Amino acid sequence: MEVSRHDIVLVGGGGAGLRAAIAAVEASPSLSVACVSKLYPMRSHTVSAEGGAAGVARDDDNLDLHAYDTLKGSDFLADQDAVEIFVAAAPKELVQLERWGCPWSREKDGRVAVRAFGGMTTKRTWYATDKTGFHMLHALFQTSLKYDRIVRYDEYFATKILVENGRAVGVAAFDMRTGKMHAMLGRSVILCTGGAGRIFPFTTNAAVKTGDGMALAYRAGVGLKDMEFVQYHPTGLPGTGILITEASRGEGGYLKNNKGERFLIEYDYGVGGKAELGPRDMVSRAEMREFQAGRGFKGPYGDYVHLELMHLGEEKINERIPFVRELAKNYVGIDPVFEPIPVRPVAHYMMGGVDTDLNGATELPGLFAAGEAACVSINGANRLGSNSLTECLVFGARSGIAAAEYAAGSTSGDEKSALEQARSEESRLERLRGKHGGEKIAQIRRELNLATESGCGVFREEESMRAGLDTVVQLKGRYADIGLTDRSVIFNTEVVQALELGNMIDIAETVVLSALHRRESRGAHTRTDYPTRNDGEFWKHSLVKFAADGPRLSYKPVKKTRWELEERKY
Amino acid sequence: MAETKLYKFEVLRFRPESDKEPVFETYEVPCMEDWVVLDALNAIKDDIDPTLSHRWSCRMGVCGSCGMLVNGRPILTCAAFVRNYSGTIRVEPLSNFPIVRDLVVDLESFIDKIKSVKPWIIRKLEKDLADGEYRQSPEQLEEFKQYSMCINCALCYAACPVLASEPEFLGPAAIALAHRYNLDSRDEGNAERFDTLNAGDGLWGCSYANECSQVCPKHVDPAMAIQQAKLTDALQWVHVLPKKNFT
Repeated sequence: MEVSRHDIVLVGGGGAGLRAAIAAVEASPSLSVACVSKLYPMRSHTVSAEGGAAGVARDDDNLDLHAYDTLKGSDFLADQDAVEIFVAAAPKELVQLERWGCPWSREKDGRVAVRAFGGMTTKRTWYATDKTGFHMLHALFQTSLKYDRIVRYDEYFATKILVENGRAVGVAAFDMRTGKMHAMLGRSVILCTGGAGRIFPFTTNAAVKTGDGMALAYRAGVGLKDMEFVQYHPTGLPGTGILITEASRGEGGYLKNNKGERFLIEYDYGVGGKAELGPRDMVSRAEMREFQAGRGFKGPYGDYVHLELMHLGEEKINERIPFVRELAKNYVGIDPVFEPIPVRPVAHYMMGGVDTDLNGATELPGLFAAGEAACVSINGANRLGSNSLTECLVFGARSGIAAAEYAAGSTSGDEKSALEQARSEESRLERLRGKHGGEKIAQIRRELNLATESGCGVFREEESMRAGLDTVVQLKGRYADIGLTDRSVIFNTEVVQALELGNMIDIAETVVLSALHRRESRGAHTRTDYPTRNDGEFWKHSLVKFAADGPRLSYKPVKKTRWELEERKY
Repeated sequence: MAETKLYKFEVLRFRPESDKEPVFETYEVPCMEDWVVLDALNAIKDDIDPTLSHRWSCRMGVCGSCGMLVNGRPILTCAAFVRNYSGTIRVEPLSNFPIVRDLVVDLESFIDKIKSVKPWIIRKLEKDLADGEYRQSPEQLEEFKQYSMCINCALCYAACPVLASEPEFLGPAAIALAHRYNLDSRDEGNAERFDTLNAGDGLWGCSYANECSQVCPKHVDPAMAIQQAKLTDALQWVHVLPKKNFT
């Protein structure tokens, strides 16, 4: 086993992670950060974000309006203090990215351009054509190369948070290239590992989105908050689930059913005059209702609706959303300049995550989290499109600074227990590599995907969630008996997949369990058996904690500052 | 289950602990009509041979993980539709890189070259964040935008004939990236990048075979970037232009 020592151990090198790393090294002139990531940082899933990043930029806009839109979008489950901090820091963070070379699209006068997005009252979404996440991530990665004190451990897979005297003091992670376990020791740990969209069969999410950091925190005893809230994006390509950005509607695209109707206008789905720019939960529900009413188109991957862009014209499509055109042409053989794109709701984003305070701190001293992996929460029951890229920046930076302060104010322990834990991880990895057993990784993953889909789809009800939960619990049992065929220590991706599957099962269990017990409909959590919001009983965050005999569910209050709860109608 | 068609794949395998040299292994994979080569590799991994190692993530052509040689040509396997191939489909790791295992190559030299050109904004003076963004016109953005589209997939390194014989050559992606920053109206780091670009294994090694631009999945046109950079650096060399931005 190898031992590496740094001040901060960061797991995850996407938008939030790199922002945290840069903030940490800038906060302290001598501090070093280990950036541990299971893939090269610029491959992280931030790269796939398309439409933009929200932050007040124009005179007709203000922070309170951004905050209100975000709270209303969240169906009033977001913490209002967190949202206030978020909207206030957003513009500065986006300008910071501009300083670091992000090629934001521009107005004629050279100012950064902004576009319309779902649930936002006015234009405030900064964008770099329709590859905003890609450009932000590469700007962050390239900027991070400036700092020798950001020490990258690329293609290292973290298996456990090391805890000593009740504090997080590092992680156990193995080098995928050699199979060798490393004890990555530090005085604080930050998790920026993204969400867990891969627990669902049909998702926009990259292969790496297996909830690793959420699972690490969960097993270290930290609560996972609001896990039942899974965002279904209304415009994914059937089959692949590839994301067609909301910016295509922000730029004026229409959604139409098989009767040629703009159904969001034709029927009452609660989005009012916002029509196609309603929030994602409402638009996804509307599409599902259209399917139920027989107004969807039939395809080999189920029903779909049409996203029409033809009226925008080739020039605007090429200028504003060229990637949409490229994706539609490549993956469904359709040129949106001439034909509508088939789209349907697809699992996209987890509003829930590791329970943190406003600085990304968790209940485990020394452990911080940011980005999709975390739940601060600014997204509540439904995130507004383009808030998450900004969230990565704002709370990535805050957690980086907070973790640097924590590291500066604490001393290293004797490392004895931490090294023991890492050694025990080394043995666990070795056992897994040669493990004989009757169950197959791919098979369990498929069954897990079916269980989450039937239990926690766009519409949910008691019986299917109970069945889903039973299945997940059974799969957990069967997972203990998986067999692996690859004995190699060198770039053994079967071992990685086995560990990821273990993480996915734990996360799926927290999702279905939280959903089952939230007997109301709020934001993205829509129950056919409890169709209305119930503030009296459920205006609270769910919190799931690990226990040896199964997860424990509790609740914690939502923080309110200046906004009263109202009915969510647009 | 939707209709499938059987395709034969020859996949290069190399397990350094047991193989003296790489060997091809053949797999027959039932593929759906809309599958890409990456889908077939994942099907092999899931249901035929879980010991196969390959990299992938976004499967939508933007993360840059899944570049390989398909029938000898560097391509993103998530964008290589099986229906476009006839006969046996041969999948190999990217050329011009050492093989770590199977389809996984060692990219460390690539990452080092990217870093060596200082791909970040360099300025003498920074405006305060509170003063807002630097103004940049759409035309100024257009100057470098194309060269900022590189996804670091390294296909151009696999295609480059110079790299095949001179592994130390800085290579298309790194030079294009340096050029991207040099062309950015916000940057003043041209002089700091000059020596790396003009070193012995720098841009002058390019023989303009144009292979890099042919295989680039994002139409970055690194060959063009190299030729433009040669011109500006040559003018700097003879002091016609100062070593700073020209916009």
